[in-house]
Amino acid sequence: MGIFNFFSKEKLDTGLEKTKLNLFGKISKALVGKSSVDDSFLDELEEILVSSDVGIETTLKIIERLQKRVATDKYIVSSELNNLLKDEITLLLEENRSEIPTDFENLKGIKPYVIMVVGVNGVGKTTTIGKLANQFKKAGKKVVLGAGDTFRAAAVAQLKIWGERNEVHVVENGMNADPASVAFDTVKYANENNIDIAIIDTAGRLHNKINLMNELSKIKRVMSKIITDAPHEILLVLDASTGQNAFEQAKQFIAATEVNALALTKLDGTAKGGVVIGVADQFKIPVKYIGVGEGIDDLQLFNKKEFVDSLFKN
Amino acid sequence: MFENLSAKLDKAFKTLKGQGRISDLNIAETVKEIRKALIDADVNYKIAKQFTDTVKEKAIGQNVLKSVSPGQLMIKIVNDELVTLFGGKTEGLSNSGNPTVILMVGLQGSGKTTHTAKLANFLKKQGKTVMMAAADVYRPAAIEQLKVLGEQIDVPVYFEAENKNPVQIAINALKAAKNKDIRVLLIDTAGRLSIDEEMMQEIGNIKSAVNPHEILFVVDSMTGQDAVNTAKAFNDILDFTGVILTKLDGDTRGGAALSIKTVVNKPIKFVGTGEKVDALDVFHPDRMAQRILGMGDIVSLVEKAQQVFDEDEAALIQKKLLKDQFTFQDFYNQIQQIKKMGNIKDLVGMIPGVGKAIKDIDISDDSFKGIEAIINSMTEKERQTPDIINGSRRKRLASGSGTDIQQVNQLLKQFEEMRKMMKNMSKMQGAGRSLKGLPFMK
Repeated sequence: MGIFNFFSKEKLDTGLEKTKLNLFGKISKALVGKSSVDDSFLDELEEILVSSDVGIETTLKIIERLQKRVATDKYIVSSELNNLLKDEITLLLEENRSEIPTDFENLKGIKPYVIMVVGVNGVGKTTTIGKLANQFKKAGKKVVLGAGDTFRAAAVAQLKIWGERNEVHVVENGMNADPASVAFDTVKYANENNIDIAIIDTAGRLHNKINLMNELSKIKRVMSKIITDAPHEILLVLDASTGQNAFEQAKQFIAATEVNALALTKLDGTAKGGVVIGVADQFKIPVKYIGVGEGIDDLQLFNKKEFVDSLFKN
Repeated sequence: MFENLSAKLDKAFKTLKGQGRISDLNIAETVKEIRKALIDADVNYKIAKQFTDTVKEKAIGQNVLKSVSPGQLMIKIVNDELVTLFGGKTEGLSNSGNPTVILMVGLQGSGKTTHTAKLANFLKKQGKTVMMAAADVYRPAAIEQLKVLGEQIDVPVYFEAENKNPVQIAINALKAAKNKDIRVLLIDTAGRLSIDEEMMQEIGNIKSAVNPHEILFVVDSMTGQDAVNTAKAFNDILDFTGVILTKLDGDTRGGAALSIKTVVNKPIKFVGTGEKVDALDVFHPDRMAQRILGMGDIVSLVEKAQQVFDEDEAALIQKKLLKDQFTFQDFYNQIQQIKKMGNIKDLVGMIPGVGKAIKDIDISDDSFKGIEAIINSMTEKERQTPDIINGSRRKRLASGSGTDIQQVNQLLKQFEEMRKMMKNMSKMQGAGRSLKGLPFMK
């Protein structure tokens, strides 16, 4: 079963509706009365991309490419600009040749597959874990969750509720327990109970707090005592409404824990899905999941082509 | 907090260096850089544009004083504009009503529950009886979270485990607060997206039901361009009374604060600066502006320098410093000017990077008296060429000024060190440039 079988295309479209209206509605507006790409159009495009949180660097890159393209294909009319821009953004994302899975079944033959979830406070780590557990379970996997956020009040209780909803076991040592020991116990449990996937929650932490970042490294290390190459996936959750600080977060978490997958949450709420383009472009690490709604099913595997298509769909 | 922004602005200001007067031409690049820096700091694109236009208007035609660098003059203009924008003065919480009802609203993950507890703790410490109400019936364990926090800070929490109607919970909480003679009731609500009409309707209903005296919009300081839309949407429905800016202990440049303030014109009342319950600060517009610029109190320094500095003499002294020709006569003149500017330690402390270094050093204004006396006892030649002051000259200076030989030696040593320091200072980049014309002790 491929992801797009249960991946609701309409949901993604609705989730991104605001982005589309703002970003590409504006582009269309900017195109009105323009028969070719001129400076004022490019200025306007810059404003549009920047105010969609794409980031200055990536924006300039897109514009530069568009300019090159226009220089080679001399006879471009406004109706083609839309497609041209879409091509360029898709190309930009395609260049980042990272392997992105197409469904929740493929775990590269690893069992148990261990996912450690990290991120700053309030980005939606626990909720993402709840949604992930749901998707994996639907894909026929046996899942266990580890309540490694032992710091924030009632975080363990929150994860346990998600465990109940999904009917999956939650390993916990209560509040204020050593998160590394929770991670250890979770991996151990997975190993001994024929589990396919173990997902470990961690407390939210700001990326500039060195001690807390070091703690993450420790949690990660401890897991490898049971399974040498665990965790197999370190998932950094980013809030899509975050501005340019998302790049700094990505940078610091990557440095501390060798993050190898990104999840972008709350894409339904923000008017600027643009941060997706910037993050995917700037980091060699793939955006793997996107959150596009509040329902338990509203988590999808990120697909660049589908994403850009959805942005441009009229 | 905002180091990144200030570094960028600093870079932008450098292009103004060496210009005598701020004009349309020489400011263009700087304004562009300021705008870029602001956008990079997540200030909304349009607001950044608006802001830099105002700054530009105010800057054009201003004389660049020789005693301060053009960059610093721009910092002051930008700073003044920021302070104006942020509201000029600190705004506290409403004290009316019995109880005072405070409604906490915002997006998911902005920190509402945590800040409900922080604020409760803050008010409790002011000696008020406080109660928190758990009206987030959606997020798993949100009620539990508030209860745990309530225990931590020893504040009662009103909750109804089975009730899924937040409007009803809010009404009941208010009744309970009145019965218990509670002074302040804080209502925590569920996070909601501004585009979720049903949920926005619900928060509107809570407002109508309890008539809160304060509605605080809790917003993540890391929010990007969308901050403007979200703040506006919440304000349109709720007409909130203030903002709490959270997670400011991160390294975000926090431009969202500027955007929100501009677009809804509501005061930022508190800032969250950590995960602990006491990590809550009252928002100080002036401090925030200075923090955005990261320039210490350079602004006041520029103001004072503008008032008392003789520009041409300052220029001359800069030249002398660079060529290592600074004399006791210059020093004496400078002391006279500095004395006009006010308390020495305060003055020196305003210089970025110096403030901390002199924190424990005692500099009294009287410390000039001995120095002035010694310099007054010098011959013209001694003042111009301090190197000739040998042992017997030192003895004479000591008896002439009513001091002793140690003090004379100390002054000579200090003067030599200061010359070296000033020379280094004038080579320094950025903020250090301001120091060219200002001698100071130790």
